[in-house]
This record gives sequence, structure tokens and C-alpha cells, in this order.
Amino acid sequence: MNSTSIKTSLRIPRLNLRQREAILFYLCISPWLIGFVLFYLGPIIASFYFSLTEWDLLTSPQFVGMDNYVRLFTRDALALKSFKVTLVYTLVYVPLDMIFGLSLALLLNQKLRGIGVFRTVYYLPSVLSGVAYVVMWMWMFNPQYGLINTLLKYAGIQGPRWLLDPKWALSALIIMSLWGVGRSMIIFLAGLQDIPTVLYEVAEIDGANRWNKFWKVTLPLLTPSLLFNLIFGIILTFQTFTNAFVATNGGPLDSTLFYVLYLYRKAFEHLQMGYASAMAWVLFLIVLACTLVIFLTSGKWVFYRSIGE
Amino acid sequence: MASRNSYNESDFLQPSHWRRNIWNLIIYLMLIMGSLMFILPLFWALSSSFKSDYQVMQYPPQWIPSPLRWQNYPEALTYVPFWRFALNTLFIAAMAILGNLLSCTIIAYGFARLRAPGKNFFFILMLSTMMLVEPVRIIPLYIEFNKLGWIDSYLPLIVPAFFGSPFYIFLLRQFFMNIPIELEEAALIDGANRLQILWKVIVPLSKPALAAVAIFNFQGVWNDFLYPLVFLHKQSNYTIALGLNFFRSTYTVHWGYLMAASIVALLPMVIIFFIAQRYFIQGITFTGIKG
Repeated sequence: MNSTSIKTSLRIPRLNLRQREAILFYLCISPWLIGFVLFYLGPIIASFYFSLTEWDLLTSPQFVGMDNYVRLFTRDALALKSFKVTLVYTLVYVPLDMIFGLSLALLLNQKLRGIGVFRTVYYLPSVLSGVAYVVMWMWMFNPQYGLINTLLKYAGIQGPRWLLDPKWALSALIIMSLWGVGRSMIIFLAGLQDIPTVLYEVAEIDGANRWNKFWKVTLPLLTPSLLFNLIFGIILTFQTFTNAFVATNGGPLDSTLFYVLYLYRKAFEHLQMGYASAMAWVLFLIVLACTLVIFLTSGKWVFYRSIGE
Repeated sequence: MASRNSYNESDFLQPSHWRRNIWNLIIYLMLIMGSLMFILPLFWALSSSFKSDYQVMQYPPQWIPSPLRWQNYPEALTYVPFWRFALNTLFIAAMAILGNLLSCTIIAYGFARLRAPGKNFFFILMLSTMMLVEPVRIIPLYIEFNKLGWIDSYLPLIVPAFFGSPFYIFLLRQFFMNIPIELEEAALIDGANRLQILWKVIVPLSKPALAAVAIFNFQGVWNDFLYPLVFLHKQSNYTIALGLNFFRSTYTVHWGYLMAASIVALLPMVIIFFIAQRYFIQGITFTGIKG
């Protein structure tokens, strides 16, 4: 009895502490690993396979090679339109979000009495995303009775028809989203509060004024926050869906037909799963390319303070 | 201390202080004007939620409607079963928060404290999934959950939470790394195993971070629209976001009702924000996003 148990224990290689720790590590992260395969890696691979097929969910998928991609790039004017809408929105919204976010953060970083109240007010809207947020703004933009046109009327200006006017609808959506600027503001504010005051004192001794201090101290030290807001801003705006689906459903005249809204229609209204998957993969690659380009060039403009400071 | 003593009234009259006071005044004015712009939409929605169809169309508008039409609330909330939608959403949120707190704590502990070959690779892989474009997953997920017979149930919105979410894992990992390791070493010497350490040492010290995860998670579920839209079809299963969207598409002209419903849908997040504001801010600080 005793000798056999010794023999079996001899056959199993004895694990040293490091190996046991490694096994424990993989045990700990195993939920994430399984989830990664089931909900990320698997779907991404499946999505690429679907993109090579024609599939309406009712019959089995038909392999069509690159047909979906060819159709997307050459024969679908609406897809091109939706890409343009998304691109214009991203190119206008992301810089505006960063400029307003940074300006507000600079204002709110002043050491003034009651500044906490202001921080709360500016940050609050950014936790309120979703349908209710959009419905509220649809009422704000109501051409006859909405607050915006009412205020314009006080000033003697006849306001546009906003969400109902193809020329104004996208601008209205941009204004609507800018109400949530608190999200990027709070990241800039955290970055600002992390800048050691010593640096400003040194700059003052060197005779720097406010302007110089901003360009030579504040902005360089905020570049990590800028990078973060830039990358997540681009990733999020490329995926704009809810705001357009609820406020305009792509209209009027497709002026707010965002790429993901069109993708959703193709998949879940027209049941063209293959084509929609091809659209998803194109978006995936575009965003990946943008992110990589920004990351790779960030070494030139992002300034990291050395550790140990 | 010295600087505080020197801040007396004669200094106050010196030119440099005048300049500082004018500068502060300008900043206050800008802050107040900006605050008005940020508060007005909410105030306008609240004001409209107490107006009848007739009052809504008046010009100039009544900022504080008289009479206040309280009935908008009970009437709007019974047109569609709003409380049902709210309860559905609360149930999903509670289960998702439970799943995320359980799984993310364990996963984050692994990433924060245990050494193993391949750890950095998996950590970076996990972070990179945060940047994934969601639409690339949604079609295969729909097909996957459809095969499992989960469509029109809450499982697609709850089960993935039990496998952790990258942002919450990252947040907790950053927090755990700042807990002095000596506390754990002391417990190890006393004969505690890793699970006991996690439960008795790490979790009690990490309440702010866990609270931040719960709040972010609640916010995510409460505001989520695309996933419920794809996975839930029956009206009795609707979340608050789906319910409000349904309400909007049916009763567009009754802005008083619509604003009453919107205020009810916004209220939980507003209340949570005021109660737990510091956790929102801390959540960002923990992750060290600030750079």
C-alpha cells in the first residue's frame, strides 16, 4: 500500500513553486480565456467565413468567394454613402470633442471655490447615453417647439429643421453627442491633475507666461490623454449606431445613414448575413489600420514622463 | 503656511491680486454660462414632462408650467408596461454585475499577482479586445445564441459577463497591483491559500474598485441598446431602452408623455451619479488612463 503510493507520486513529475504558480495563473484567467474563444476569437473567425458566403439564415450558407466584397466596393452606392457619412462625422466630431473636452478640463482645473459643483454639472450628461438621451435631444431639436429653435426665435432667427433637414441632420447629431463631452473632459482633467506643479514653478522662474506654460508644459504632458481620447474617440464614432437609429433612422434622404446602421439593416432586416459580415470585416480592418497608424506615429508626438519621477 | 499669512487685505489691493481676481471672475462667468448650456436640456425635458399637449406648443414657452400636469407620469408609464421594462433591465444588470464581479476579480488577481510564462501576451491580447469593433461580433454571436436557443432570453446579455470583461479586469488589476504585497505574504505565512487571500485580504481592500466596476456595469446595461435590440424580440422581454424606443415610435406627437418617460429612464443614472460620483472619477484614476 505504502510503496505503491510512493511509486505513483514518483511518476508524476514534482512541480516546483514556479510551475505551480503558473498553473494557478492559467486557472485564474481561464474564464477569460474560454470567454475569449467563445465570444471574441470564434465569432471573428466565423464572421470572416460568413463574409465569403451568401446566407439568409433560413437556408444553408452558399460559398461565393469574394463576391460580397466586390459588391460592397463596386456596386453598392448606399454602402459608399454610409461610409462617407461615418467618415465626415468622425472627422468633425472627434476633433471637436477633444477641443471642447480639453478646454473644459482646463477651466475646471482652476483652484476655485465651488469648482466641484461645476465638474459635476459638466460630467453628468456623459453618463446618460442611450435612448432617453437621444429622445430628449429630439425634443430639443423639434423645429416648431424645441428649445433650440425657441431660443433662436427670441434672437429673431428662424432656426433650421434640424433632424428633418438633410443639410442639418448630421450637424444636429454632432451637437447631440457633444453634450456628452464630459467623458473625454474627465480624462483630460485626470491628466492635468497629474502634472507636477513644480514644473509650472520652474517655468515661471524662467519667465513663462500662461500661454507659454500651456504650450511648453501642459500640452506635452497631456499627450498620453490626447492619444487615449483620439483612439477611443475614433473607435467609438466609427461604430455610431443608437443615436442615428433612434433620432433619424438614417434619414432624411440617407443623410445620417451611418455605416453600422446600414450594416444592421442588411443583417437583421434584409437577412443578408454574408454581406453584412463582409461590411463588418471591412470596418474591422479600417479601424484596426487607423488605430495602428496612430499608435505607430504616436512615438513622435506622445510624451511619456520617465518613470521614477 | 507662510503664503497663507501673507494673503491679507493690503495684498488684496495690490495690482497682481486685482489681475487674479479679474481672471477668476472671467473663469466663473465662462463656467456659469457653460453650466447653463449643460443643464438646460435636462431642465427643458423636466419642464416639458409636466406639460399638456397644448402647453407644449405655447410660445413663448412656460419654463415652469402652470398648471403642472403630474398625470403625464402615471399616464405615460401605463401606456406601455414601463415598470416591467425597468424590472427586466434591473434583473439583467444584477446578474451581469454578479458575473463580472466574480469572474473579473479572479482573472484580475491572476494578472496582478501571479507569475507565469505567456502572461504579458495574454494581458496585451485582453487589452486589445477592448478596441474591437463590436459589429464584427454581433452577427456570429446572434447565430451562436440562436443555435443555443437563447434568442429572446436574457442569457446572451448575462452569460458573457461570467467570463469577464476586459475593461473591468484591467481596472481591478491596476487596483490590485497597488495593494502592498506584504499583506498577502503575511497571510501566506499564516497558512492561508490563494483563494482565502483573495477573499479575506484583496476583496475587503478593493471595495472602491469593485464598486466602480458595479457602477460602470450598471451604466452599461441600463444604457445598452444594440445588444438588447438584436437579442430580445418579445415586448414582455424589453429592457428600458427598447421600451422607450418603442414608446417613441408610437407616440411621437405627445411630447409631454415622451419626456415623462425619458425622465423616468434617465433618473436612475442621475441618482447613481450623484450618490456615487467619486467612483466614476476613481474608476478612471485606477486605470491610470491619465498617462
